[in-house]
Amino acid sequence: MSVRRLAKEQPASFAFSAESQAKADWWKAKYPPARKQSAVIPMLWLAQKQEGWVSEPAIQEIARQLEMPVIRVLEVATFYVMFQLQPVGKVAFVQLCGTTPCQLRGAEDLKKVLKAKIGDANHVSADGKFSWEEVECLGACCNAPMAAINDYYYEDLTPETLAQILDDFAAGKAPKPGSYDGRGASEPKGAIHTLTDPKLYDGSYAKKIKIPNLPEKPKASKAKPEPTA
Amino acid sequence: MVGILEDKDRIFTNLYGLHDWGLEGAKKRGCWNGTKDILDAGRDWIIDNMKNSGLRGRGGAGFSTGLKWSFMPKEVKEGRPHYLVVNADESEPGTCKDREIMRHDPHLLIEGCLIASRAMLAHACYIYIRGEYVFERERLEAAIKQAYEAKLIGKDNVHGWDFDLYVHHGAGAYICGEETALLESLEGKKGQPRLKPPFPAGAGLYGMPTTVNNVESIAVAGTILRRGAAWFAGFGRPNNAGTKLFCVSGHVNLPCNVEEAMSIPFRQLIEDHCGGVRGGWGNLKAVIPGGSSVPMIPAEQCEDLPMDFDALRNLKSGLGTAAVIVMDKSTDLVRAIARLSYFYKHESCGQCTPCREGTGWMWRVMERMATGEADPKEIDTLLDVTTQVEGHTICALGDAAAWPIQGLFRHFRHEVEERIASYRAGRPHVQGAKLIAAE
Repeated sequence: MSVRRLAKEQPASFAFSAESQAKADWWKAKYPPARKQSAVIPMLWLAQKQEGWVSEPAIQEIARQLEMPVIRVLEVATFYVMFQLQPVGKVAFVQLCGTTPCQLRGAEDLKKVLKAKIGDANHVSADGKFSWEEVECLGACCNAPMAAINDYYYEDLTPETLAQILDDFAAGKAPKPGSYDGRGASEPKGAIHTLTDPKLYDGSYAKKIKIPNLPEKPKASKAKPEPTA
Repeated sequence: MVGILEDKDRIFTNLYGLHDWGLEGAKKRGCWNGTKDILDAGRDWIIDNMKNSGLRGRGGAGFSTGLKWSFMPKEVKEGRPHYLVVNADESEPGTCKDREIMRHDPHLLIEGCLIASRAMLAHACYIYIRGEYVFERERLEAAIKQAYEAKLIGKDNVHGWDFDLYVHHGAGAYICGEETALLESLEGKKGQPRLKPPFPAGAGLYGMPTTVNNVESIAVAGTILRRGAAWFAGFGRPNNAGTKLFCVSGHVNLPCNVEEAMSIPFRQLIEDHCGGVRGGWGNLKAVIPGGSSVPMIPAEQCEDLPMDFDALRNLKSGLGTAAVIVMDKSTDLVRAIARLSYFYKHESCGQCTPCREGTGWMWRVMERMATGEADPKEIDTLLDVTTQVEGHTICALGDAAAWPIQGLFRHFRHEVEERIASYRAGRPHVQGAKLIAAE
């Protein structure tokens, strides 16, 4: 558990843009009509995508749309740690994974880079462009150490590559997410000994097959005309 | 040959994303082949074959998947639709297998959802993906769109079983990987686990009959039924059947995900696929074999260790999600486990007192053990507290927080004692230690 409170300074109002509202309606349609409060997490997320963080007026607007008590939305916003309750870096918001698998592979060194380049965790840099926080396991442990920057994963980082990525963001570029160790995904680097059989990919497995040990009578309903004939 | 499993027997043929993830590529690799025949064979046939395959749930608990499906009511009552919910809230430290399935082989998952829904008479399925997997969610949505357009799923699809598939996402709560917390979250509430019973098969999502399955358990279903239960049951030791995705991270030369036969010896897994332990086999210190929640085992127990549920349980550990975290001799084990204690403190949902208070207490003591600023007597107090948290909470997070600490002291108690002794050396009176302990 951690203490999470709304920011002291709040904007006067919040409204979904036409684009966000369309997405919100798309989410609401996924659930049974009487259960639209299921959309509360996706809608808070949309509000955060639009404004950069979740403000009190946004919480009230979502409560209104989903016909929920405001406290229920507030509860959700403070429970789930991906909702940023204060502004974060506008250009790059770095979420560094610090849990044991990443720690074992050098997340501590990456923290030093972030401290030097951006400053203390959970503080927006003076120009408002950068901020960072340490988060718990992001589920990319075979590509440790890694960080999520503005939603996407930057993997197999070293202090040098992370510093370069931050510099690129500062220079207005958009560094590509993915592995920075020359890997495509989570394969053993330069030593893929599995999944090399060409037969897996030449369509051999798409040929018509007979499912093993199917029941004797193919199917009660469709088989009806046959047995009597 | 490398490893035990041959390429022709692998289920996840695009694990590394080297080929087309889309519908065409998936079909070429055998996905969606014969799906209609499987569905037409009916509920009982699917469940029987899943049981016979010996598949045990891949989310960590290792419960028979076929048996779980059979708990769903045999008939759909008026106004009580059945639901399948797929648990894609992959957050257990060390685990990164479902991510690869969703971004590289999404159609295996979609096909599995359809088959599982047929078996449990569900016409709607929600996939609950963790909020951080933004790219994976986009990819999954795109694959589902392809499946709808090709009429593989949806109303009046080619398979003759009306089926809607929706993606829902979370927002960064580990606890939502617990099935009832996941259902709460899906209903738009805080992710706090529910008391069981009632079990989800009786009253789950929106109070309706629901089954929650891990991504991998669902994604393998299509291939198992296509090739036959006996094929799948042929891998691994009895009661530990099948193939399994292993996520090897930590101090190996080539960390990677790999699909292997169950019961593969640990050493072979590491040396064939992961380039061996950093600094050689002799440099191995300890292994967390199944994700952060299971107790670690020391190197001397790893020599001929088959990686499966039963062998690891016998060592008082577990296979969990088969997320293998390897630690070499340079590792500060106390620091590593203290970091896990922080993780559980951060992720406790705050519902049950032993866990809410205990995880924080255990973390603070572990932090002091890591520096050595503790009393040797506190080790026993700490172990006592772990047993008071364990088993006294609604869900298993309390257990998961206690086990890594118990594992550390079971095998490496002397390291902590030495650290405390060396911290005290030259400090005749350690001030403050008692005060912090009483906190």
